[in-house]
Amino acid sequence: MPEKGRFGIHGGQYIPETLMNAVIELEAAYEKYRNDPEFNKELTELLNNYAGRPSLLYYAEKLTNDLGGAKIYLKREDLNHTGSHKINNVLGQALLAKKMGKTRLIAETGAGQHGVATATAAALLGMECVVFMGEEDTKRQALNVYRMKLLGSEVISVKTGTATLKDAVSEAMREWTSRIDDTHYCLGSVMGPHPFPTIVRDFQAVISRESRAQILEAEGRLPDAVIACVGGGSNAIGSFYHYIPDKSVRLIGCEAAGRGIDTFETAATVNTGSIGIFHGMKSYFCQDEYGQIAPVYSISAGLDYPGVGPEHAYLHDIGRAEYVPVTDDEAVNAFEYLSRTEGIIPAIESAHAVAYAVKLAPQMDKDKIIIITISGRGDKDCAAIARYRGEEIYE
Amino acid sequence: MNNIRDAFKEKAFIPFITCGDPDLETTADVVRACAENGADLIELGIPFSDPTAEGPVIQGANIRALSGGITTDKIFGFVREIRRDVTIPMVFMTYANVVFSYGAERFMKRCQETGISGVILPDLPFEEKGEFAEAAASCGIDLISLIAPTSHNRIAMIAREAEGFIYVVSSLGVTGVRSEITTDIGEMVRVIRENTSVPCAVGFGISTPEQAAKMASLSDGAIVGSAIIKIIEKYGKESPKYVGEYVRSMKEALRNT
Repeated sequence: MPEKGRFGIHGGQYIPETLMNAVIELEAAYEKYRNDPEFNKELTELLNNYAGRPSLLYYAEKLTNDLGGAKIYLKREDLNHTGSHKINNVLGQALLAKKMGKTRLIAETGAGQHGVATATAAALLGMECVVFMGEEDTKRQALNVYRMKLLGSEVISVKTGTATLKDAVSEAMREWTSRIDDTHYCLGSVMGPHPFPTIVRDFQAVISRESRAQILEAEGRLPDAVIACVGGGSNAIGSFYHYIPDKSVRLIGCEAAGRGIDTFETAATVNTGSIGIFHGMKSYFCQDEYGQIAPVYSISAGLDYPGVGPEHAYLHDIGRAEYVPVTDDEAVNAFEYLSRTEGIIPAIESAHAVAYAVKLAPQMDKDKIIIITISGRGDKDCAAIARYRGEEIYE
Repeated sequence: MNNIRDAFKEKAFIPFITCGDPDLETTADVVRACAENGADLIELGIPFSDPTAEGPVIQGANIRALSGGITTDKIFGFVREIRRDVTIPMVFMTYANVVFSYGAERFMKRCQETGISGVILPDLPFEEKGEFAEAAASCGIDLISLIAPTSHNRIAMIAREAEGFIYVVSSLGVTGVRSEITTDIGEMVRVIRENTSVPCAVGFGISTPEQAAKMASLSDGAIVGSAIIKIIEKYGKESPKYVGEYVRSMKEALRNT
């Protein structure tokens, strides 16, 4: 039995003493409610009747035929309310926070999807909400900033450091340290101090719980590969979780390589990083030899993070999951390709998973099956991708 | 070797300085100015790219120092130099990743060699201290514990294993100057004293002689960071003189408690 809150050597609770009782209280509340029938009934009700679950497992026939190899299914998290998988975790945490008597949610956001999901849950459950977002990202994702404000949240533009996701996390942690009594930090990925990596994984595991049943229903067997993009890694762990014991299923996480893993402009943590301690956890991080966290880069604001969740670090260490780098170029090509081929515009984050499937599927036999998680929809990315292609559009 | 106790013969004044802000020559002169003007112990900050427990002032010092090319190795070299004439105890304050990536054993060994008595890691709570504490103990380095206003039922547990001194965090939130400290420090210190004889000093938010005197009257000393960093930020290479004056006024206030 691993140590509490550890995934192999990874994980832990590397946070200021000021926050220790807050995470202990959170863990106790989660232990109390995780198997509570009433809590789960309320959560399922929200997931099904508000967020629109279960999400479709869609057979992408045109994509399959075009690539000429394995049969490809898409797990359509983009069809959830608010447009991504983020709502799964947020509804769970917001409900938990409410049970704990908290009246205020704070959150970090990169692409804005988690911020929008948190703002949405706060509106629905009548809670106050403050979202921290790197200044750089507020520019890349201006539409999501507006959505959060529309939903009644305050958005704080973080100007420290590289003004991206890692700085938004740091600032949210600082804010939580200064106001704990009424505030829950609704962390958006499977990262941070214990119990967050476990709580977020459990709430996201709904993805593979559904997809496993759906593929057994459709094909009468398990898939050969499950592919998802990895930043912190919440949609990936959710997509992998219920297949971990099934050794025949390859689990493939796609990291953002940015301009390439041989450049400094990358965010491919498992591929280029080393073990460190940051943002409450031991895991892999992009850093220099003195442990200074590296400024990372990806076209995708949601994957632009120098670390990875501790359970992914562990799945990598034991060889249960593979982590592959996908460049900006490959992701943008896949973004356009899926849009044309299937009429589905994926989030640029999810396009990283599509890009790897495009490479992998033709190498597999036609009787093999791949599931790609489309973690979010790509409307938010259209302006940025147009810009990437040299076209200026006005939203 | 370990001389942290010597710092607490009277109410201790403990300045915090970020190494390499704006450069190591200035840091050396600031350290000397602190020692000459009555500082009892000095906290030397090893900069970290993402200091999550710091407010904007010390964040700024970290960025200035790192953009000047400071590294952990350069700081060890600097400590070795300054140890020739500065005799008061010195401790490092940095983040777990700085020590972890250097190698905890290697880091503690170098602390021992260069004359550092203790290490404060604000992102290393009681539950996680194991792998660092072992390395520290084997080199005679004190791993200094922090106790916060939210610690409540954890105070006794932390105090019982405390070494060197206890860093009592005065307020919620991050480092930085505060106009008022509302925490019941006296009560925190009472519980600490029931469980250990290790001295305790209060930090976070202290900037004026009055605040320092009040906090030291409730404990064994006062720690000041952001207020000193502000002086260094304002005067740069000229700052040692001003920091010296400030330290003298603070130490005088403590002598009168």
